[in-house]
Amino acid sequence: MTRFIFRRLAFALVTLWLVVSAAFFLIRAAPGGPFDGERRLPPAIEKNLLASYHLDEPLPVQYWRYLRMVGSGDLGPSFKQKDFTVNELIRAGLPISLGVGISAFLLALLFGTLLGTLAALGHNTFRDRFLSGLASLGLAFPPLIVAPVLVLVFAVGLAWLPAGGHTSPQHYVLPTIALSLPYIAAFARLSRVGCLEALRLPHVTTARSKGLSRRRLVFQHVLPSAIVPVLSYSGPAAAALLAGSMVVEEVFSLPGLGRYFVQGAINRDYTLVMGTVLVYAALILALNLLVDLLYGRLDPRVRSEMVASND
Amino acid sequence: MHRGSRTSIVCILLLAIALFLGPWLSPWGEEHIDWNAIDTPPSLVHWFGTDGSGRDLLVRTMAGGRVSLTIAFLATLVSFAIGLPWGAIAGYTGGRVDQVMMRIVDGLYGLPFMFLVILLVVFFGRNPYLLFIAIGAVSWLDLARIVRGQTLVVKNAMYIEAAKALGVSDPWIVTRHVVPNVMGPALVYATLTIPGVIIAESFISFLGLGIQEPQTSWGVLIADGATRLHAPWQLIFPATFLAVTLLVLNVAGDQLRDAMDPQEKGVRL
Repeated sequence: MTRFIFRRLAFALVTLWLVVSAAFFLIRAAPGGPFDGERRLPPAIEKNLLASYHLDEPLPVQYWRYLRMVGSGDLGPSFKQKDFTVNELIRAGLPISLGVGISAFLLALLFGTLLGTLAALGHNTFRDRFLSGLASLGLAFPPLIVAPVLVLVFAVGLAWLPAGGHTSPQHYVLPTIALSLPYIAAFARLSRVGCLEALRLPHVTTARSKGLSRRRLVFQHVLPSAIVPVLSYSGPAAAALLAGSMVVEEVFSLPGLGRYFVQGAINRDYTLVMGTVLVYAALILALNLLVDLLYGRLDPRVRSEMVASND
Repeated sequence: MHRGSRTSIVCILLLAIALFLGPWLSPWGEEHIDWNAIDTPPSLVHWFGTDGSGRDLLVRTMAGGRVSLTIAFLATLVSFAIGLPWGAIAGYTGGRVDQVMMRIVDGLYGLPFMFLVILLVVFFGRNPYLLFIAIGAVSWLDLARIVRGQTLVVKNAMYIEAAKALGVSDPWIVTRHVVPNVMGPALVYATLTIPGVIIAESFISFLGLGIQEPQTSWGVLIADGATRLHAPWQLIFPATFLAVTLLVLNVAGDQLRDAMDPQEKGVRL
């Protein structure tokens, strides 16, 4: 088991390095640079500026310098937001993005699984059809549609909740809902199918024939196996949620990680882009690893595979 | 064919026809500015109202839809061009090759794709015509899995065995016998890829990184509308069009998939 974790960690580190390298060379090869402005700088100043950020060195040298810097935990100074290091910006933005992301994920997981299970338990009844229809509807509403519409209705129209900012818990209500809606739908569908399949398993039939109460049957026998597809989608869903938070942060003017990334990409703020990509990639890889480990806890077949991969 | 999926396909075709023919029927041009009607709500002159620069929103919405749908279609083609051979080769060859190829797919699943797409878009210098390559290049993973699964089924069919016995070469078997037979499910799956790709395009354009003015797409229009909430029609019309399109495509894809896989029996508690 420890060997499995170590191997996965090594794999994750290699992936992280690949992502960072791809990001490094892509953003460097992109047209434009961090010091392109309305007015062209005098050549002497531009030269000094480039030299002070080591941008005048050959690309491989810069790449090596960057890798060494990241290895020591320093993401460098931001090129555009003078006086700030990328570490400082990320420390400020990460809690906001994580706050929205985690609450949206939990909402989607709990609410989605609840709806899916309810639909499956009433298979082919009106309730099932109604909830499944609702789920298809939910998938057609990505945050990019939902977020501005929520602002329009609840902030501008009804004035119940603030339209932007991040100072109180109320500020997080609309962003969380906007972000979680399609994933509520996705989790509902997955858990519905998972439940329907679990209901056909022999041990569930046995349990039912022994006259177990409905509640115990559902919670002890059906849900543990029904939750497996939900869980395996959690990794990709969490990754998509993190990406989706870019739109939500934009609409609700939350100064999170996603906003820094987008600004960095537009301004060619090389270090900021690299730093945010690195943090996002590390988060996603960590989540995937966590999901795989949880998976092993829930499904004994996967666990034995992990042990088998030891030798 | 399922009635629901037929209805949704008719809907998509009608929408596409409207988007592509609409501009010729409207008296307003895509970039025509009506100085007498800036920021005006829907009226008989401008059915969807006008935007902040006095451009007709109905024509803009249609132009945006054309761009969104075209990019989605091209990106799906790109994902097809990668996913189909990838899955077919992995499935047909089997063994080590299969393992390595599918491990790569698994590894790619765990990546923060949207970020790489955005970096690719930045790299292409915001050329809207290359946007679809960036999106297509990252949306072939599911397709590769589906095609591989189908190939594993087809691989053991009698006609493949017969072809092998006749000494037909492997590349020939894959292109002539495997690919045509996995095409059906792959096409169905492509219908499910399109909405995702439309969302990706709108997402990037929404962030101001994709399609640029004066060109437009649904993502650009929604982003504009989101900042001009004193004129809600500028948000509502493009958002409704995008939502309805996504809904119709999702329903069509689902029903086509269910029609091909009738394994939907359940037990009631």
